[in-house]
Amino acid sequence: MSFPLLTATAVVPAVGAIATAAVPAAKRTAAKWLALFFSLATLALAAVVAVRFNTGSGADRYQLTESHSWIADFGVRYELGVDGIGVALIGLTALLIPFIIVAGWHDADPQETGNTRWRPTQGFFALILMVEAMVILSFEATDVFLFYILFEAMLIPMYFLIGGFGDRAHSGSDQNAAAQRSYAAVKFLLYNLVGGLIMLAAVIGLYVVAGTFSLTEIAEMRASGELNMATNTERLLFLGFFFAFAVKAPLWPLHTWLPNAMGEATAPVAVLITAVVDKVGTFAMLRFCLGLFPGASEWATPVILVLALVSIVYGALLAVGQRDIKRLVAYASISHFGFIIMGIFAMTTQGQSGATLYMVNHGISTAALMLVAGFLISRRGSRLIADYGGVQKAAPILAGTFLIGSLATLSLPGLAPFVSEFLVLVGTFARYPVIGIIATFGIVLGALYSLVLYQRTMTGPVKVETAKMPDLKLRELLVVGPLIVLLVFLGVYPKPLTDVVDPAVGHTLSDVYGDENPDPEPEVAAK
Amino acid sequence: MSATAVHSLWTTDGLSASDGLWAHGGLWAAAAEPVAKIDSPQIEYSLIAPTLIVIGAAVLGILVEAFVPRRSRYYVQLFLSVVALVSAFAAVVALAADGRGTTESGIAAMGALAVDGPALFLQGTILLAGLVSVFTFAERRLDPEAHGNRVDSFAAQAASVPGSESEQAAVKAGFTTTEVFPLALFAIGGMLVFPAANDLLTLFIALEVFSLPLYLLCALARRKRLMSQEAAVKYFLLGAFSSAFLLFGIALLYGYAGTVSYAGIADVVDGTVQNVTPALAGTMGNDALLLVGAALILMGLLFKVGAVPFHMWTPDVYQGAPTPVTGFMAAATKVAAFGALLRLLYVVLPGLRWDWRPVMWGVAIVTMLLGAIVAITQTDIKRLLAYSSIAHAGFILAGVIATTPDGISSVLFYLLAYSFVTIGAFAVVTLVRDAGGEATHLSKWAGLGRRSPLVAAVFAVFLLAFAGIPLTSGFAGKFAVFKAAAEGGAGALVVVGVISSAIAAFFYIRVIVLMFFSEPKPEGPTVAVPSPLTMTAIGVGVAVTLVLGLAPQYFLDLANQAGVFVR
Repeated sequence: MSFPLLTATAVVPAVGAIATAAVPAAKRTAAKWLALFFSLATLALAAVVAVRFNTGSGADRYQLTESHSWIADFGVRYELGVDGIGVALIGLTALLIPFIIVAGWHDADPQETGNTRWRPTQGFFALILMVEAMVILSFEATDVFLFYILFEAMLIPMYFLIGGFGDRAHSGSDQNAAAQRSYAAVKFLLYNLVGGLIMLAAVIGLYVVAGTFSLTEIAEMRASGELNMATNTERLLFLGFFFAFAVKAPLWPLHTWLPNAMGEATAPVAVLITAVVDKVGTFAMLRFCLGLFPGASEWATPVILVLALVSIVYGALLAVGQRDIKRLVAYASISHFGFIIMGIFAMTTQGQSGATLYMVNHGISTAALMLVAGFLISRRGSRLIADYGGVQKAAPILAGTFLIGSLATLSLPGLAPFVSEFLVLVGTFARYPVIGIIATFGIVLGALYSLVLYQRTMTGPVKVETAKMPDLKLRELLVVGPLIVLLVFLGVYPKPLTDVVDPAVGHTLSDVYGDENPDPEPEVAAK
Repeated sequence: MSATAVHSLWTTDGLSASDGLWAHGGLWAAAAEPVAKIDSPQIEYSLIAPTLIVIGAAVLGILVEAFVPRRSRYYVQLFLSVVALVSAFAAVVALAADGRGTTESGIAAMGALAVDGPALFLQGTILLAGLVSVFTFAERRLDPEAHGNRVDSFAAQAASVPGSESEQAAVKAGFTTTEVFPLALFAIGGMLVFPAANDLLTLFIALEVFSLPLYLLCALARRKRLMSQEAAVKYFLLGAFSSAFLLFGIALLYGYAGTVSYAGIADVVDGTVQNVTPALAGTMGNDALLLVGAALILMGLLFKVGAVPFHMWTPDVYQGAPTPVTGFMAAATKVAAFGALLRLLYVVLPGLRWDWRPVMWGVAIVTMLLGAIVAITQTDIKRLLAYSSIAHAGFILAGVIATTPDGISSVLFYLLAYSFVTIGAFAVVTLVRDAGGEATHLSKWAGLGRRSPLVAAVFAVFLLAFAGIPLTSGFAGKFAVFKAAAEGGAGALVVVGVISSAIAAFFYIRVIVLMFFSEPKPEGPTVAVPSPLTMTAIGVGVAVTLVLGLAPQYFLDLANQAGVFVR
């Protein structure tokens, strides 16, 4: 039996979580280094996965597969396999977690001393690693049930991360911070749990119809004509799945938990939510909605595209109006998720390649912006934009990195998000020109909120409170520097990523349209 | 007529009781036979050994109360109970290993008891749940010592009036109510018979045998005695009503079918009965007898499982009873009652399926929704768990309604999963205490996660299992039940179930929020360090919750093999 590489990518962080949690209360620093070590080991394994993944034309759709019997009674197998989209997102996750850990190095230091049983630091890093393990495994699961279990189970550590380790900065609200935080955590959990439970009904329905949870088996049954879902059944099941993913992604009008969660969580946890965990939602749309219910996906496309369009414009408009830096980034993310979902359901090669690239690039760019914003907020103790001004004079490096993060968020050409946003727009325009055109306004609004944010916080007259603001420390530079390098690199040379992603997108599209080339026009030479 | 009919029950010779009633030359012939001809009944002692061991130990327990000196009673009783339950469980395992649950299943004790898969599976579950409960009954380290004596959760002397001098004297003398052990054994004995009962009279007797000790146990709380006694009176009165309904239903069904045997009634309902006597021919066409009788029996059973609209007793009794008893009741009673309900619906009344299914649909939907919605408004942890148990009864009913073999096995699995979570959760409730005993008001649980992270984490695991979060036993059980319901054509029920799960999740999460995200109050409760007894109960609960969540296959197989009723 070959080495179970994919399992290892999830087991390593899971073991790390347990090990970190077991560190005694007094040895906080050791726990942090331990967590960092395990996250780096996971990154190394993810790199091995990427290297071993065959991008050649004749390669299998799902590679590095593992398959074991698990709960035979429910028709559930422990089945893993990655396609290009999975590899890209596993890479993103494994890459971001070490940065999140380093950025959150001091976020969970205990405030009260003397209580030897309460070990928040160990808990914080253990929960992050736990989320990493579950997210990575969910990108690998080719069994619907296994995916569902992870999709739901990852809510619990996330919930404790949001509710247990809030941002202590002033948010401009009169409510006390603990109450707001637990409100945000409960809202996060309830939204996602309701989505998940509705998906559970659809998962059971799928089993009744298909008799198996294996993606590959279902694909075979569909190809041989053995599986013939009634149109209405397929649509209902599709809606059940899509609802859960749309909550997670999040798509307007199911998005309202995200600003609360991102606002109240610490900056690294906010990055974990939007850059890592939410990607499971868009990933699952590609793999499960399109893969399992192609007919229904096509049927629902017009409505979903309109919702995505609303997300893009509405998210951007609300971002413009925000007073709170972190909530601004949250609404910007909602706008970006609108682009991703639009790209997925445009059902063109460029659209879906762009959407997948967008998932990766949005992860990196949001991480860069949000983590710098977190460093900024921790210096001033306030999340309100109005409390800042002229920071670039006091802390030029901080301001510079913040600028690059902002520019990435508005998809400046030369930085990574530009490539993906362009592809999504081209892909959408090819099939739905009107929607493509309206979506372009999202870019304009994106420029507005990004630049206004920079202008109001970093430029202008220096405020008293920000005059002596210290610049980025070495630890913080180590977080931001590599992310910026990546943004530039993938902006100039996205080929390694597109090579991995494109075959998978081809497979997904052929799920929907069969083997004929679905693209209305020959491929635009965008790559 | 009934007098002679009962008489004819005893005149069967070698035939099973069901055949005896009518096949024996009719009423008058039986009555005319001389009394000397009564044969002794054939009892297959080995097949009913689990019940006999438990009841025997209970009787011994009473003798212990009479003859063993007071100071050593506790140890003797505890030892006796544990030995009895373990050996009864071993007997169940031996029977199952003999194939009595699968290929060799059959009827024992003159047709009174069924020895088949569901019976053995549920008996095993009840015995294990009972064993773990006995551990929590025996806990003596939580309450502060009274006059230098270690005390448990039970009243010093049940007969003394609360607050009276005799009570004070009893407390001072260090009395403890060691009668709880034989009472629990009697209750367990009745519960073992209940899901195995194969005729209506045995069903009724089993019901009374396990109910009466429970009424008593409810009244025995050491603290808040008046509340406890009030709970017991409520439980007793409502329980007596439901027993009366059940008995009335039995009478009507007997009037309809002329037999109390499950198989005999089923034959009449299905219309496959051989040997139709004139009297039977007169009554078997009377659907009113059948429908009203079946409805009344169902009401009696639904009362015991706590389904809406027969749930009113649940919150008061759960709150008032001593917490170890609540845990025991919530787990074991539910297992036994659902077992009996399953057998009744699947063995006696499958021919009436098209009549009872719509009704049970309604009951299941109302039970799920009302349990989940009302639970949101609760401020007492025990009442909250009571309403949650109502909601869970609704989920289990969804599996019962499936009327497929999968339905049976999913309900069996759910009951196994649910009972251990329940006992564990109530055991944790006994640990959180302040000056007035257990601190059950939710506001006092604020910040528990800071003060005692381990206890709070364990309770969170139980709550997540109740909420049906994946990787816990609650999820596996819920999935099994919903899957069976969906395959049995009850897709709408699954949707309602999913919605009420979402509502239910809200209040489970609320407790977690309280424990972990609220600031602890300075005068908040402390967490008592229990003896290994309660630790075992909680540990077993956590272990079962996780094992059934991560690797349920073995137990699902077991439930599948056990999923066939004998007729």
